[in-house]
Amino acid sequence: MSLTVLKPGLLTTVQDLGRFGYQQAGLVVGGALDAVALRTANLLVGNPETAAGLEITLRGPHLRLLADTLLALTGADLGASISGQPVPLGRPVAVRAGTVLAFDKPTASGRAWLAVAGGVAVPPVLGSRATYLRAALGGLGGRALRAGDELPVGEWSAAAQRLFNQLQPTAAGGVAARWHVAQEPLASPGAPLVVRALPGPEYEQFSPASQRAFWAESFTVTPAADRMGARLSGPPLERLASAELLSSAVTFGTVQVPAGGQPIVLLADCQTTGGYPRLAQVITADRGRLAQALPGAQLRFAPVTLAEAQAQYLAQEQHIDALARAVYLQSLRL
Amino acid sequence: MTDPNAAPHFYPLSDAAVVLEFGQAIDPATHQLIRAFAQLLAQYPPPGLREVVPAFTTLTVYYDPWALRHSRAELPYEQMVGALQGLLPTAQAAATIAAPGPLVEIPVCYGGDYGPDLELVARHAQLSTAEVIARHAAPEYLVYMVGFAPGFPYLGGLDARLATPRRAQPRPLVPAGAVGIAGAQTGIYSLPTPGGWQLIGRTPRRLFDPVRTPPSLLQAGDRLRFVPISVTAFSRLNA
Repeated sequence: MSLTVLKPGLLTTVQDLGRFGYQQAGLVVGGALDAVALRTANLLVGNPETAAGLEITLRGPHLRLLADTLLALTGADLGASISGQPVPLGRPVAVRAGTVLAFDKPTASGRAWLAVAGGVAVPPVLGSRATYLRAALGGLGGRALRAGDELPVGEWSAAAQRLFNQLQPTAAGGVAARWHVAQEPLASPGAPLVVRALPGPEYEQFSPASQRAFWAESFTVTPAADRMGARLSGPPLERLASAELLSSAVTFGTVQVPAGGQPIVLLADCQTTGGYPRLAQVITADRGRLAQALPGAQLRFAPVTLAEAQAQYLAQEQHIDALARAVYLQSLRL
Repeated sequence: MTDPNAAPHFYPLSDAAVVLEFGQAIDPATHQLIRAFAQLLAQYPPPGLREVVPAFTTLTVYYDPWALRHSRAELPYEQMVGALQGLLPTAQAAATIAAPGPLVEIPVCYGGDYGPDLELVARHAQLSTAEVIARHAAPEYLVYMVGFAPGFPYLGGLDARLATPRRAQPRPLVPAGAVGIAGAQTGIYSLPTPGGWQLIGRTPRRLFDPVRTPPSLLQAGDRLRFVPISVTAFSRLNA
């Protein structure tokens, strides 16, 4: 069982939930920029949450499904279709062998995640299938997909088989489940993406005016944005202390401010340690919004307490836990 | 000089990471305590622990708040801080008797095509290139931490005479294995990357190899010595 890549899209990579345990060797965790979106897509097709799927950026790929496939899409709507029929987000879709999943919406913006039943079964490297482009490691040869690539697909779970059988797809097109997982809208059109953040370890070293501006004003994502991080442009942020900092840990969501005063928000492939002052830390529950912050997007930061951030973390996990059980029960329906 | 036995300062890096900060100065005693603590946590991981990142004066502990969800009285953060505080006396005791880390020899071909900035460093230090090589290869360096890039070591112990400012214009691509000097630091590029360090040599050894166990050649706490080799030896070792 496999998928053939007819067109690779702009930047399509194999991702799972990342590599844990190697940050002390300088290796990033990496993995899907929106882990919750990938976990959700996996659960919808009866996979373990940790299975590998595809992360799709802006212009998506064309994929020929060489075998019967149960798939799910989450994240932004990038205009996926099968035989001209739009593929809805957030639900399992059963497709017969031979069809093509195509992303063709030129105006689409954002990132999406695709899970297929059985998961993308490239060999794991250091315990993960996530592609780390900078070190050319993991995924398919450590790189983004190219035309002509064959992606192996793993064994289906019993739940995946039951879900597929319920949907009974015909030869042409796909059949989507009538039920779906509710996806909260990431932002209202035209409004900035709001991400909640904790004050960072060096927050107190910034001038009071800069602290106020950071929470009050919007920042624009510049073209210097990739899976490692996004440079932002906005009001200049001034650090009063001048002493150089010793390198220490940074992580997904760390907002660091180099000497120029324009912040960088670090993303999934960020380095493990850094020496710039850490002004703020975006909470784990809002990583999905950061994952949609492509060049041109407006970002605003809203302050929260650690207690609130951890409550949101637990609420998000609880939600996924409930979803896992709901999908399983759905698969048992006769 | 920091007293490594003073109580560390705890603060959150994120909603899933806590930092233990042991003072503000780079010194071997602080390093020893951080290393002992990291090793203790690897052996006796408290519930929810994901991984740790030792740095110069900090140990960052990543954890999963979901594993600590059952208490109504305490935040997951507070529970993790409590568990770490409980382990602190053991880590302090272990640090007093910890053995030095293994000595790793890094063969380096200095100068020529492999070290295009060797002469600049020599002029800056008012030494001959041979003296620069001798002084760079003399000390036993300490790997304080591995970070920034896979397998990249932050080393302590550079001869102060060799300190040289970074290049005004970074090179667009520095090859993996390049040995350089930036300010008072010396280091080894572990991945091909843009970089502004003054390059004085290159090692044929791979600092990071995903199919090796462990993948990083160097770990925090290792001791390191640079061993000068010839171009011929470089080619042989690189084959």
